[in-house]
Amino acid sequence: MSYIAIFITFVFINNFILTQFLGLCPFIGVSKNTESAIGMGFAVTFVMAIASIVTWMVNNFILIPLDIQFLQTITFILVIASLVQFVEMVVQKISPQLYKALGIFLPLITTNCAVLGIALINVTKNYNALESFTAGISAGLGFLLAILLMSNIRERLDLVKVPKPFQGVPIAFISGGLMALAFMAFDKALLTNLLG
Amino acid sequence: MGKKSIFREFTKGILKENPIFIILLGLCPALGVSSKVINAIGMGAGVIFVLLSSNIFVSLLKNFIPEKVRIPSYIVIIASFVTIVEMVMQAYLPSLFESLGVFVPLIVVNCVILGRAEAFANRNTVTASILDALGMGIGFTLSLILIALVREVLGAGTITIMAIGDFDGIIKIPVIYNAPARVFGLSAGALLVMGYLKAFFNWYSSRRRAA
Repeated sequence: MSYIAIFITFVFINNFILTQFLGLCPFIGVSKNTESAIGMGFAVTFVMAIASIVTWMVNNFILIPLDIQFLQTITFILVIASLVQFVEMVVQKISPQLYKALGIFLPLITTNCAVLGIALINVTKNYNALESFTAGISAGLGFLLAILLMSNIRERLDLVKVPKPFQGVPIAFISGGLMALAFMAFDKALLTNLLG
Repeated sequence: MGKKSIFREFTKGILKENPIFIILLGLCPALGVSSKVINAIGMGAGVIFVLLSSNIFVSLLKNFIPEKVRIPSYIVIIASFVTIVEMVMQAYLPSLFESLGVFVPLIVVNCVILGRAEAFANRNTVTASILDALGMGIGFTLSLILIALVREVLGAGTITIMAIGDFDGIIKIPVIYNAPARVFGLSAGALLVMGYLKAFFNWYSSRRRAA
């Protein structure tokens, strides 16, 4: 599968939030304003890209040679948890500005299903190192796109009159559902039409 | 501990502190596996097992786990039980394992489980933690089944449960089966159903408060 195809698949066709339901908690929790949505989106993209390449290495250089793939889940979650901690420390050291923007979101990412999800999906799809990395970045960008659109919608929803029981989370879910409906226009046919 | 408070530990997870509709935890599996009732039941059973075991272990070990590394320790405990569920399900229920897909290993990052370990099991007795886990697990499972029922009945006109003997496990709903609203089975439908159900619960609890 070419890299462009992987990119389009993970950003539009199999968008992590709108079609796979991975990473819904931050999607609903951190989408109240655009600024924090962008911060969260970039933090997730960053961690997903690094996590997919690191878990690929762990899987291929440690788990497969030792024949202990049944420990995959437990190893991956530990790798991701320590990775997030490490990224947090490095970012704090190198760029305090970036840390200020992403800092509060980083600890939340450990329990974001999207990160563990991309690591596991890379394994089931048998991607090589570069393909895993591409998939990680693209899935992260798909997440960023969805959460950014959502935060814009929610900022506008603040200005209109919503029936009381629907205020807050319910209307966010319903807007998300309508967005998912729009994203259904992106399907496998798009890929064949674009890339032949 | 009085009889009444034991009972309350058990029932709070089912309605008052329902993990999905009230606290909004564990949303990804709730929407991801709710296209068929049988998937919801399978997922719920897996979560109940992991939640119960991790709550028991965390409450037993709460005095031995150092404060600073408690979250990683909880994750290791949870991940071990998830691996057990994964292997058992793969061996005995391969078709269910197939349809739940990536969501079985993702029980590890189900916020309900880590949330209960951190908020309840590490400061309560083993008995209370068991009741809390059962209540929360059952509340989670019932919510999953509710979402799945709405989606499957409207989206496919069927109710799929366990196949026993001659019965193939699929109940067909007469009128809807011939003309189902397919959108409810798709991802968009899951988000819409979740939104409307949450709105219903909001309306219900505000009405009860007013009464």
